[in-house]
Amino acid sequence: MTNTIADIETADVIIVTGSNTTENHPVLSSFMKRATKRGAKLYVIEPRKIKLTEYATKWLRQEPGRDISWINGMMRVILKEDLHDKAFIEKRTENFEALKEAVEPYTPEFVESITGIKADDLIEVAREFAKADAATLCYCMGITQHICGTDNVKSLANLSMLCGHLGKPGGGVNPLRGQNNVQGACDMGGLPNVFTAYQKVDDDKARNSYEQAWDITGLSGTPGLPVTEMIDKAYKGEFKSLFIIGENPLVSDPDLNHARKAMEKLELMVVQDIFLTETAQIADVVLPSLCFAEKNGTFTNSERRIQRVRKAVEPPEGPWEDWKIITAIASKMGVPMDYEGPEQIFEEIRQVTPSYRGVTWERIEHLGIHWPCPETSHEGTPILHTMQFTRGKGLFHAISHVIPAETPDEEYPYILTTGRILYHYHTGTMTMKTSGLNMLAPECFVEISSNDAQKLNLEDGSMVDVSSRRGTIQAKVEVSPKAVDGTVFIPFHFASAAANTLTNAKLDPTAKIPEFKVCAIKLEQPATA
Amino acid sequence: MLYINVQKSEAMEHVITINNNQLSFTPGQTILDVAADNNIYIPTLCHLKHASPTKTCRVCVVEMQGEDDLIEACATPAENGMIIHSESHRVIQERKQIIATLLNTGNHNCSIRNLDPQDWTQFQMNVHQADQGNPLCPVWGDCELQDLAYMYQVQTEAVDAVPCQYETERANPFIIRDFSRCILCGRCIKACNEIQVNNAIEFGYEGVDAKIIAGNDVTLKESECVFCGECLQACPVGALVPEQPYRHDRFIDTVKTRTTCSYCGVGCQMDIYAQNNRIVKIDGADDDLAPNYGSLCVKGRFGYDFVGSEHRLTTPMLRKNGELEPVSWDEAINFVATRFNEIKDQYGPDTMGVLTSARITNEDNYMSQKFARGVLKTNNVDHCARL
Repeated sequence: MTNTIADIETADVIIVTGSNTTENHPVLSSFMKRATKRGAKLYVIEPRKIKLTEYATKWLRQEPGRDISWINGMMRVILKEDLHDKAFIEKRTENFEALKEAVEPYTPEFVESITGIKADDLIEVAREFAKADAATLCYCMGITQHICGTDNVKSLANLSMLCGHLGKPGGGVNPLRGQNNVQGACDMGGLPNVFTAYQKVDDDKARNSYEQAWDITGLSGTPGLPVTEMIDKAYKGEFKSLFIIGENPLVSDPDLNHARKAMEKLELMVVQDIFLTETAQIADVVLPSLCFAEKNGTFTNSERRIQRVRKAVEPPEGPWEDWKIITAIASKMGVPMDYEGPEQIFEEIRQVTPSYRGVTWERIEHLGIHWPCPETSHEGTPILHTMQFTRGKGLFHAISHVIPAETPDEEYPYILTTGRILYHYHTGTMTMKTSGLNMLAPECFVEISSNDAQKLNLEDGSMVDVSSRRGTIQAKVEVSPKAVDGTVFIPFHFASAAANTLTNAKLDPTAKIPEFKVCAIKLEQPATA
Repeated sequence: MLYINVQKSEAMEHVITINNNQLSFTPGQTILDVAADNNIYIPTLCHLKHASPTKTCRVCVVEMQGEDDLIEACATPAENGMIIHSESHRVIQERKQIIATLLNTGNHNCSIRNLDPQDWTQFQMNVHQADQGNPLCPVWGDCELQDLAYMYQVQTEAVDAVPCQYETERANPFIIRDFSRCILCGRCIKACNEIQVNNAIEFGYEGVDAKIIAGNDVTLKESECVFCGECLQACPVGALVPEQPYRHDRFIDTVKTRTTCSYCGVGCQMDIYAQNNRIVKIDGADDDLAPNYGSLCVKGRFGYDFVGSEHRLTTPMLRKNGELEPVSWDEAINFVATRFNEIKDQYGPDTMGVLTSARITNEDNYMSQKFARGVLKTNNVDHCARL
């Protein structure tokens, strides 16, 4: 997030898109809901009529995967009505002319024909967003999990820059990070192309400084493969080993049948986890580790705030801390690694990570600090880009829309979109151990509109077969006012009816993110009903 | 310099006196806010920080010079020149009366009530039955009403105990609603409607029938409630109590640890309460602490059973003859190290990969990528950021 979570409450206009906030970030959604009580305008732009629409000034419904069109359309309205922030554009950005040209075809009528969003609604939201003193854009996986995910995000950045809503309180472009430490995992270099703090592995200077700091020579300067491509290579027999730590890709990956076959071809699969997950079950080696309540360390939240994690209970006998297992393997392999504990590791992180350098465990004892925090006298950076962007001037990207990789046809006439629900978390490894949560959300369901249910002669609570070109699952029908005709939602938590058996593994070419949010499916009465 | 002078002279005009202390304030602050800022204790029950004044319990009344009636500190904005007495004889008498009335309204069986011995026995037996055999009020020792009753040495009159007309609700897995102990202060309503803005509960019915209702007086499960438990954390008495074991073992040593929630990316600050090395309760941390200011959601507050789950992995395992079999750490580490070295030598580092995790700490993540880059010598390291 460019801004803080608390900052959302101070915005005059809030656009939420591709985020089912009340279910996936419940506490954060309360900042949005309180803002509306104070008089802020909230626009929810979502394929489903999610809970948050009840608090919204207006709900705009786009066809799944058609986001670039409405964003370009809004920018065109703003430009035509001369509502853009000329001073900001002049001083802080470049490539404005190319943007203007790119959005020109996106008339409100054209946008309506692509997205289904009414022209008048588009114009209204564009005006309100542009005229606001401070307007924020909040988005989540509904924006990123598309073959055009990167372009979707760039489009939102375009929209915010166009109106000068970046670098100030109540504004910003705010991706809501879905996992407790997804921000930290990225910051720490848990990505194929960068070391910590996004220092590129193919930058000789960065690599040299790492070799020095680690006292290790011969670091590779070739960017690695993202997880989705590792799986593909494994499928082809070109990938030999995977060391999987605290993840359950056999429920969370797209096109699970493909992923399973790929993993079975590995020569060695090592899984380090707290439970015998679906993934651990097919591993060659399983290494037990500790959970968050049993160890010390730090997480970095969605607003880039580095916060302490503390041991609250003694771990069961047997498992080791993740870092200890890793260093034991490293030492055995001939690269000795010796640490007293996580605080010593954090001290090393500080040395090699410019944006974390000023943070110490002592400083965040009570309250976390937002990176970048370059030195210990620095207070941290709650709002990014206040004076300039990371690259200097903000670059407008000229972007045209694309259609999803798979669209409904005669054989597979419905759109499937996936996500999480309030009472479960990701692959359910943790939440499904709490009986109360299972009681409130016991099983998978297929959320469809009452019209579609009628058309297909499906009753609420009955079982239905859901198939895509990649597989079939069976789950219970839930006729819901949240669903819009033609679009079906299935949560991906439940391994017994894994929605990701159906999803499409087509990737965004830059971010390599799969298009979880759109694929084509059919619904049928179970053969053995 | 001019700016500083203006500020000073303005500040001089914003002064109230509480118990003979001259205190400056910021316009918009209530008397209660000013007192709290200056460590002057004024009791409250219905008041919820960061919410609008509830104005139901009146326990925060104070005396203001020049005003005939006592005023509510929680709802009265501080004005320049006000002279307030927060613990005058009159204030204390009034508070005693208020607390006594609240105690008389329900099953407050904490030996505070001063009933005739025979009536007391009968009362206790009735409460015992209503509590399904629980010998003590589930929040004994952790009740703001009880605290105030002791603090103000409240003696209740021998008022007949009127049985509560509403049955305790146990129809959900997390929150017990015991209407017999509800003092109708409405703090839970503020928590639900103004802090979390879930709008699930409100005041219903009037007079002796008054009740906090969910929706059209249905159970929480049938209502808009999403079990965030903000109400549970806010309840000053035993009207809303957790279903889970904490209430049974209140007097066992409890260790409280401040940490960060491990579910979504909001990073809520939470206090974990553990007894005998088991988590028994999680509350939102300090209501002034970012990023969550005391709030939690259903997963963060109640979804902790996985920690002490019997399904936790406790020993390394190695696949032998097709089955995963328990082995020692030595054997597991040796095997993995040897195989990694062999594969690296035979096929090259770029046929190997590490999936680190968005669930583990920064320190653990750092070590994972150091392992991939520095030991395996490949940049094939990623995690489920995209999934």
